[in-house]
Amino acid sequence: MAAEAKTKYDRDFLTSVYKEMAFGRRFEERVNQAYQKGKFAGFCHLHIGQEAVCVGVQRALRPTDYMISGYRSHTQAISKGMDPKSVLSELFGKVDGCVRGKGGSMHMFSKEYRFLGGHGIVGGQTPIAAGVGFAIKYDKKDDIIVCYLGDGACNQGQFFEALNMAATWNLPVLYIIENNQYGMGTDFRRVTSVDRLSKRALAFDIDNSEVDGMDFLKVYEHVGPIVAKMRKKPKPYLLEVHTYRYRGHSVSDPAAYRTKDEVAQFQARDPIATLGEYLKKSKVASEEDLKTWDKEIKDRLTEIEAFADASPKPALSELWDNVFAD
Amino acid sequence: MALIQFREAIAQAMAEEMARDDRVFLLGEEVAQYNGAYKASKGLLDQFGASRVWDSPISEAGFAGLGVGAAMVGLRPIIEMMTWNFGIQGFDQIVNHAAKMCYMSGGQFNVPIVFRGPNGAAHMLGSQHSQSFDAMLTNVPGMKVISPSTPYDTKGLLKSAIRDNNPVIFLESEMMYGLKGEVPEGEYLIPIGVGDIKRAGEHVTIIAWNKMLHVAMAAAEQLVSIGVSAEVLDPRTLQPLDEELIFSSVRKTHRLVIVDEGWDFAATSAQISDRVQRECFDDLDAPVVRVNSLFVPMPYAEDLEHAVLPTAERVVEAVKEVLYVG
Repeated sequence: MAAEAKTKYDRDFLTSVYKEMAFGRRFEERVNQAYQKGKFAGFCHLHIGQEAVCVGVQRALRPTDYMISGYRSHTQAISKGMDPKSVLSELFGKVDGCVRGKGGSMHMFSKEYRFLGGHGIVGGQTPIAAGVGFAIKYDKKDDIIVCYLGDGACNQGQFFEALNMAATWNLPVLYIIENNQYGMGTDFRRVTSVDRLSKRALAFDIDNSEVDGMDFLKVYEHVGPIVAKMRKKPKPYLLEVHTYRYRGHSVSDPAAYRTKDEVAQFQARDPIATLGEYLKKSKVASEEDLKTWDKEIKDRLTEIEAFADASPKPALSELWDNVFAD
Repeated sequence: MALIQFREAIAQAMAEEMARDDRVFLLGEEVAQYNGAYKASKGLLDQFGASRVWDSPISEAGFAGLGVGAAMVGLRPIIEMMTWNFGIQGFDQIVNHAAKMCYMSGGQFNVPIVFRGPNGAAHMLGSQHSQSFDAMLTNVPGMKVISPSTPYDTKGLLKSAIRDNNPVIFLESEMMYGLKGEVPEGEYLIPIGVGDIKRAGEHVTIIAWNKMLHVAMAAAEQLVSIGVSAEVLDPRTLQPLDEELIFSSVRKTHRLVIVDEGWDFAATSAQISDRVQRECFDDLDAPVVRVNSLFVPMPYAEDLEHAVLPTAERVVEAVKEVLYVG
């Protein structure tokens, strides 16, 4: 009989959140290993360290909400509902990939789960998100779209154009800046005129705020009310989430532009470890449980990797598929 | 039959399609309250209201992207570029996003969007307002490009473009908006990718489109006086090209002149020329000759501009060249 949980949250909810973040972490680690082993190539941008953001945001959404992102989006796609088998198979360029090997790391898409990519043009997703918000409002629905972007994308011209239209036309777009402080190797403060990216909203009179992205509960509790309000009264919102990627910009970036101390500081606030401590303190889970779950996750990932390995490569005839829709 | 202007053909096509399908909407600079910079959307705001006809900010990249997003989730946007000279601000969204979305999403997200506006030179507008973008736009897989020359072609093709489930680029011309032509009273559509013999002839094929079609027709009239019967072929769609129509005409006449407003280097006419020399080599009695704009930025002074653009006189000289007459 489990000890009585000392938390306002449902224990199943917390358990599933922990497992989801832990899975995201191990998934990305496994992806990196596969890349280093030569199982796939091209670009690969890992989300390690940023798990509290994608899970915290996702838990505030409902299935009919839309999501669009840049290229650091494997775990966002999985949290949105996509099968990790289809994400890993896509990384490996196989037919069981979510886009049958046509996209790769930067182009995960799911019509079923309303995940609209996966985009490689920095900031290009931001006016597209405004367009989805436009369509939601056109049909008078109360869905929203979450648009993730990075600190680097905040200086792309299209982003400003998108914010202006979203604000002028009251479009239900939640722009979430994952500020992990570096656009590739450039500290955002070297190339940005403001020190707080949420200020980007001020030029357009858009409601905005910031939140600590290393803590699931902080993200979840912050985003929930924003989403609820947006459904009642559609208008855009700009949220700056302070987070950190433990690895380089991509798998080929040794991240020489950061100090080991800086990385260690953020790792000391690891979102998974933080929630793990919370679960233990609240008697939702024991250290044993956490270890057991980690093993289950690793076993599951071994199965997922075997599936992706076994999936066939696309036939050459598929080269010509889907250039156009019928 | 009714006699209408080119601009009215555009307005009628849009109005008919908007009445037929509430997913269709028009968005662009000055399209609503101003009735269009060139009055191509005259009456649409009155007929359909502000929820269907939208005045945009001056944000081509932003509103091209907004259109892409709206199209990805089920709307059917018509995005007007006031001129394609401005439209290139939106090239990222058109080329990197609209044209690639269906392919890179494995067919999950098609983009039923029309980007339309005037292309090419008008009269003394200077270098930044006079460019023809056929070559750049036809060079991208994943979108269709239409460039009509008459009200009849315009109305039928714009309706087809709006009904097409893919990105379609629709190239008009400021100089032709006032051009009158006959259109049927009832509804009609013209299939994309089908060209038209505007004038049957025997001695030479002249391929021309958009406003150059009228230059070619004027040249054909002049050629009668020296006993030359010219066949004028209007491809109407540039991507995909109606190659069979082109080849069958060249096989009949054995000589080809192409009149293309674009600069000659890597122009659409260069593509046509290469395809003809490849497929009709033994049918040709002379090399293919092209009449293009001179390779300079468009000057302002009237006589200089006149020297740059193809004229009926230059086309007549080109025909004489392929006929080996003095």
